[in-house]
Amino acid sequence: MIDYWSSNQAEIWRLLWSHAWLSVVPVIIGLVIALPLGWVAARHRWAYPPLVGIAGLLYTIPSLALFVALPGILHTRILDVTNVVVALTVYAVALLVRVVSDGLTSVSADTLQAATAMGYRPAGRFFAVELPLAVPVIAAGVRVATVSNVSLVAVATFVGTAQLGTLFTEGLSRTVNQLPPILTGILLSLVLALVLDLLIQLATRLATPWRRAEVRR
Amino acid sequence: MIRFDAVTKRYPDGTVAVDELDLEAPSGRITVLVGPSGCGKTTSLRMINRMIDPTSGTIWLDGRATADVPPATLRRGIGYVIQHAGLFPHRTVLDNVTTVPGLLGHDRRTARTRAMELLERVGLEPRMASRYPAQLSGGQQQRVGVARALAADPPVMLMDEPFSAVDPVVREQLQNEFLRLQQDLHKTIVFVTHDIDEAIKLGDQVAVLAVGGHLAQLAAPAELLSRPASTFVAGFVGRDRGYRALGFTTGEVALQDEPTVRVGADVGDARRVARDEWVLVVDEGGAPQGWWLLSGDPGGRADHTVEAARLNLGGTLATAGGSLRSVLDAALSSPSGRGVVVDDDGRLLGTVTAAAVIDRIEALARDGRSGDTAAAGRP
Amino acid sequence: MIGDWWSYLTDPDNWDGRNGLWANIVEHVTYSGIAVGVALLIAFPLGLWIGHTGRGATLVVGTVNASRALPTFGLMVLLFILISPHFTGKTDLPYILPVEIVLLLLAVPPILSNTYAGLQSVDPAVRDAARGMGMTGGQVLRQVELPNAYPLIMSGLRSAALQVIATATVGAYIGLGGLGAPIYDATQQGPFQDTESSHLATGELLTGAFLVAALALLIDLVLATIQRYTTSRGITGRYRSSSDLVAPSEVAVRAAEGRTDLAPGGQQVAAL
Repeated sequence: MIDYWSSNQAEIWRLLWSHAWLSVVPVIIGLVIALPLGWVAARHRWAYPPLVGIAGLLYTIPSLALFVALPGILHTRILDVTNVVVALTVYAVALLVRVVSDGLTSVSADTLQAATAMGYRPAGRFFAVELPLAVPVIAAGVRVATVSNVSLVAVATFVGTAQLGTLFTEGLSRTVNQLPPILTGILLSLVLALVLDLLIQLATRLATPWRRAEVRR
Repeated sequence: MIRFDAVTKRYPDGTVAVDELDLEAPSGRITVLVGPSGCGKTTSLRMINRMIDPTSGTIWLDGRATADVPPATLRRGIGYVIQHAGLFPHRTVLDNVTTVPGLLGHDRRTARTRAMELLERVGLEPRMASRYPAQLSGGQQQRVGVARALAADPPVMLMDEPFSAVDPVVREQLQNEFLRLQQDLHKTIVFVTHDIDEAIKLGDQVAVLAVGGHLAQLAAPAELLSRPASTFVAGFVGRDRGYRALGFTTGEVALQDEPTVRVGADVGDARRVARDEWVLVVDEGGAPQGWWLLSGDPGGRADHTVEAARLNLGGTLATAGGSLRSVLDAALSSPSGRGVVVDDDGRLLGTVTAAAVIDRIEALARDGRSGDTAAAGRP
Repeated sequence: MIGDWWSYLTDPDNWDGRNGLWANIVEHVTYSGIAVGVALLIAFPLGLWIGHTGRGATLVVGTVNASRALPTFGLMVLLFILISPHFTGKTDLPYILPVEIVLLLLAVPPILSNTYAGLQSVDPAVRDAARGMGMTGGQVLRQVELPNAYPLIMSGLRSAALQVIATATVGAYIGLGGLGAPIYDATQQGPFQDTESSHLATGELLTGAFLVAALALLIDLVLATIQRYTTSRGITGRYRSSSDLVAPSEVAVRAAEGRTDLAPGGQQVAAL
């Protein structure tokens, strides 16, 4: 195991970095897209069922199917990393639209009325009051999206994108010493999920100092 | 009859919710447990049907210790109504009401027929029977809750703040209907509330509990108002006790004849019969409509008529035989200073001044000091 | 590209035979069905017990969180390498066992957590009233808690089914059949160029992907339909006659819009 690590250090780092990148970037893009959509769904009652319904529908599409079907839709090459990023972004949006909407809805109506009464305009109110108060709910969704992405990314091995999943296929194709690459892949995948989860939790704590006051009380 | 015999509830963390409580809830009567939060009133109630088991002491239900009856059997024989009704969301109103008869294995058809009768009695239309709880207002849900508790005709009912979660207007309606229902049913009822006014209005006897589960006073409502046993009870019962106690005092007050005019009469007629600036206006049936102010009539033209829209409606009406509180209030609220008293059908009997009511109250008090007061009656 | 897919999908020769698409579908449904069925047998009673007694709730939260981080694909390969040497001869077990174990690990958490969350979501006043009227523990569970938890339990089952159907695809990589087989087979034939065999592979690839998605959607639709017609109308808010409808509560409206299927802590996780 140690031998395997020392002789493949550079390759393992490269795969880990690629895996981390593929796990995080789609969630960030997804969040940017989901914020306005979730805002619409929270603001307008009629928009909620169709938006969340379509998001739920996207969820039923298996990732492998989406990875290989996207070239047909995007006119990208069949084994292109763009397909993976787009597919994972689609999942992130599908999850986060509902989460953002529910998060914004969870902000107390009294608080919003008070903000309006104090003279906030709609946009100002959104960024100064609604969004910060919705952070805990949205952050919980971002955690789910990120952590499950770490697991999903490995499937991209089938469409030729190198990341930790590559270690699994490498292990299986060996005739001897199969375990080191596979165990390394599983271990790093778990560690990555754990680290990203902790980072998001930490960021949430820093972004919502008032929640600590509530807990202490 | 329900009897608490030195009942104590102590939680594992050491908190004492109920402390050596001795209490009797007589059969066919409403006993109200009232007190601030943390006084153990709900705990006491829930110990009766063994939702909570006492740490020590015995609760007797018609001569049987409740601890000797299996909880499920005990509860099926006791009606139970709680604050948010707790209706089963997945069952229709009718199926909710027939829950206990179903548990007891009663005939389904009989249970449904009886449930329909009960729904009507609690003031719900038959078409409500097929609805689901989510389709009902809070007040309607609470009515279903009462019907459900009555479905198996239990002799005993436990009610835990059943009217607290509805708005004041609906609450008063529910309270009045509850009292009317009890006049017919004569259940043994233990009723928990944090609202002293509700306790005084509904209770045949009121048990005031203090924090820590001590019984501070057990008395009829009138006595609670006139003779609080401690500063805690006096403070809890609150202000205006003397005035509120009048709600339990009845007495004849001599009525004066009051000249009246009909709606639509000439102002000239009104001026002719008037005793002072104010004339009482009645309808064809003799029911008072309001007071007419003669000096408020612009120009005082003789052809001008008494219009319903310009009547002063400030005065309350007192019903003959009602409490002295309502008679005094009628006098105090009347613009003319003469309180209007009507009969049970709402027809004018006469008027009375505040001074006359006060005289009567003082005379009663003199008699009371030599004899015994305890005038009972509902507000 | 779409043309490649259509001609592959509509060619009857691709459907028949031992490695045809029909066989793939049957295999896929079988593997998924076994995993979901066994998961249901384990997770449902366990979830009921935890939800009813309130004991072991931390176990549920822990399981769900851990399952999200599970590197499914890696675990499958690992199990295959560990298990296969113990089987010799003509048996499919070295392929089936690792896949079924992983699918089971995926299917248990959503069913467990949603069953638990469903029971927890029952209004305490309703539970209190049920006990106060003299229901025994079993009666409260059967007559009150289960019917009210039912929509959440079903959504957990649907979530599990989706993930299992999607993940079973990956089983093709270690040699298991199912709808992953045409996908994996086709990816082995790259690079994709403008040759006849490449067009055939593209068609095969897209057909596999299409059928997995269609199967997932179909199963979800079937389960959603069952859920819709077996849930009390008092919970779904689909009341019998519209004239009877007086301002249903917010809860009822939300339920009618299908918002009940997101449990607190039972959020769906993207299907593999």
